[in-house]
Amino acid sequence: MIHFIAGVVSSSNYWFIVLRSTAPILLVTLGAVITAQAGIMNMALEGSMLWAALVGVIVSAATGSVWLGLLAGIAASVMVALVLGFFALKLDANAVLSGVALNLVATGGTVFVLFALTGDKGISSSLPSKVLPTLTIPLIKDIPWIGKVVSGQNIIVYIAAISVVAIDFILRRFTVGRRIKATGENLDAAKAAGIDPIKIKFFTLVISGILAGFAGCFLSMGYTSNFTSGIAAGRGYVANAAQVVAGGTAVGSIFAALLFGLTDAMATYLQNIGMMPELIQALPYAVTILGFVVVTWVRDRRENERKRKLFASAATKSATKKEKLHGV
Amino acid sequence: MHTLIRTEKLSKIYPNGTFANKSIEFTVLEGEIHGLVGENGAGKSTLMKMLYGEEQPSAGQILIDEKPVSLASEFDAIKAGIGMVHQHFMLVPSLTAAENLVLGKEPKHPKSRTFDFETAARVTEELSKQYNLPVIAKARVADLSVSMRQKLEILKALYRGARILILDEPTAVLTPQETEELFVELKALRNHGKTIIFISHKLKEIFQLCDRVTVMRDGRMIATHKVAEIDIHQISNEMVGREVRFEVAHPPFAPGAKALEVRDLAFVDDFGIAKLKKVSFALRQNEILGVVGVDGNGQTELVEIITGAQRALAGTVRANGAEITNRSPGYIRHHGIAHIAEDRMTVGTALPASIEQNILADRYWDRKFSSATGFLKSREMSAYADTLVKEFDIRCKSAKQPVASLSGGNMQKVVVAREFTASASILIISQPTRGVDIGAIEYIHSKIMEMRGAAKAILLVSSDLQEVMALSDSLIVMHEGEIVAYFPSAASVTDKELGLYMLGIKRQSDDEIRKVLHE
Repeated sequence: MIHFIAGVVSSSNYWFIVLRSTAPILLVTLGAVITAQAGIMNMALEGSMLWAALVGVIVSAATGSVWLGLLAGIAASVMVALVLGFFALKLDANAVLSGVALNLVATGGTVFVLFALTGDKGISSSLPSKVLPTLTIPLIKDIPWIGKVVSGQNIIVYIAAISVVAIDFILRRFTVGRRIKATGENLDAAKAAGIDPIKIKFFTLVISGILAGFAGCFLSMGYTSNFTSGIAAGRGYVANAAQVVAGGTAVGSIFAALLFGLTDAMATYLQNIGMMPELIQALPYAVTILGFVVVTWVRDRRENERKRKLFASAATKSATKKEKLHGV
Repeated sequence: MHTLIRTEKLSKIYPNGTFANKSIEFTVLEGEIHGLVGENGAGKSTLMKMLYGEEQPSAGQILIDEKPVSLASEFDAIKAGIGMVHQHFMLVPSLTAAENLVLGKEPKHPKSRTFDFETAARVTEELSKQYNLPVIAKARVADLSVSMRQKLEILKALYRGARILILDEPTAVLTPQETEELFVELKALRNHGKTIIFISHKLKEIFQLCDRVTVMRDGRMIATHKVAEIDIHQISNEMVGREVRFEVAHPPFAPGAKALEVRDLAFVDDFGIAKLKKVSFALRQNEILGVVGVDGNGQTELVEIITGAQRALAGTVRANGAEITNRSPGYIRHHGIAHIAEDRMTVGTALPASIEQNILADRYWDRKFSSATGFLKSREMSAYADTLVKEFDIRCKSAKQPVASLSGGNMQKVVVAREFTASASILIISQPTRGVDIGAIEYIHSKIMEMRGAAKAILLVSSDLQEVMALSDSLIVMHEGEIVAYFPSAASVTDKELGLYMLGIKRQSDDEIRKVLHE
């Protein structure tokens, strides 16, 4: 078993699959990070991905253009995010519940639309949908081993990598990043500074919608070449746990998403040697949740430690003051 | 000096019917430090919220430079040159001081349009130097001390062009040394031509800092004085005085055995300030022990620790011999302590729940009200609630009505009905009549005396000096987290004398204070 895993881990093919499995989860994790930073949890990421995956397939099949398909997919995903924003920010509904409701609508709605168009409830294979291209990177493709891993990936994998930089820039370099942080951390402080928190939250929702749109389209037009019912497979939910593992930063999202990607890719191999597929498929989710638990636990302990120190120092301070007061 | 702010017949009635400000005629002169004093609930915060655009007046108007203004939001207030330093800082902990200062009005790199941190830091340092308010521009706010955060808040207001600064109880979170430092800085700001409104209920501070002072009580403006022309006692009288003198019949005082014993209780708050420093006392049956002190001198924390809402850093609390220190409120109640909380809206009652549910909150599991299988007996419950509603004279349409719909006095009667029938031997009573109408006050007082007659041990905390003096058998005075005086007989001490202890001017010897332990 260990030999088998060691063999897998040293193969370039494994790492190729790792990047491929990491890309969609990375994109939605980034989406979850930016909304969480603004203080709103985008629970509808799952629904966003589902609609993006389906609309992408339909539009690309109808127009014959994969790019129009991608664009329409992203638009559909952003739409879901905006509806969530309307419920949660304009109508003051609970954001998590609204998100879950939107996901349920997406789960049923996508299958309904698929059935209405194709007469099939499971897969869109009857639609002549397009697939997003892969890119061969000159020079890098010639580097032994690394070339095989990094080059020749689907374009969305590279977009995911670029998104990390983009989100990092938004959060850390631009003024809007500070406004996002202020909104998420101390709403009253943001308001007092003349920031419109609703505008900021909508902005992050749109960004997360775009990211989930890329991820959804990748699933049905790259990762696989069809829409299948429930294609997002809970990635949108996992993203909100991964967001905590990421610690609210774009760079942290890479690690959180890799945690998922590594186990997801390994699961494909383990399935091949006849391990229980149901168990194996649960692995990436279990690992991410485990990561979530560990990170939260460590963070809580650190916070408690900090408080205890503050307490101890305050106690000694007041004790010495009292001594001075009474001349002990 | 010309008049900078003036209010004309400014009134505020909240939707729940609270008349928070009644025809306020408040005047602030340019370049002065103006103190605003009053007990909690006197209407200071409401007045300031209206000046800062957070609340809209129900009647009357605000004039700045003798011109009427409408302050519909904080932005209008900022535009009019008013800045506010809230008690809870409006800062983002994970951002740096500089980033917080410029938040909402950030400098940008001319070409890339990205955030220009260096300029923000420079601006912060320049302002900090100009007004002599030291902050570390590049440190994260989470790592700054509380006093530095406060300075940053002041700088934030100045960065936005404030010429009038409102400080809402700024010293509540500061150590005495930091307070002195702040006062020096505020006087320097005044000399820079800024006008400062300083809210406090610590009179000592008003005398150290302010040029003029306005006293508020029960939503009314009582008077404005030049600080140099009055003494502390006069203000103190204006602050706490009520028109009605309480006449309470006092049966002879015959204390029984020790019921509640508190020893060396210590507590430090989140800001690292010692709120209780080795507080020790004992409370006996048939005794009402009054706790006197200016608000914020540790009374709240003392009550919270005894009743389990807060954890003590050190020390012990014993009720009828059993140790209850840092146990859960449920455990503490089970050991014979009932509690009338100082805030009936958030702690004393569940507002949306009915009178019946509030009354039964601590006893619905009794076999009288729920069967062994866990079903509630609704008929018994409502019959019981109806009896208490009648017995405690709660004016309502029915016991099914939400507590939120009651007036302050009747809401308090709901709390009293529950706590006085909880079959507890020790009653911890906090601000029993704050914001309650006179009829209800008399009723609650008579009930408290009834409880004393029933051999209960009663700890009475109230910022209403007249009330504590009228009800208590004996008194302790708290100042800065310590008991500074013990009077075995409340009748033999005058309010003037108590005032001296409350303000920390006088202090009894340790031996005299120790007598409260009755050893």
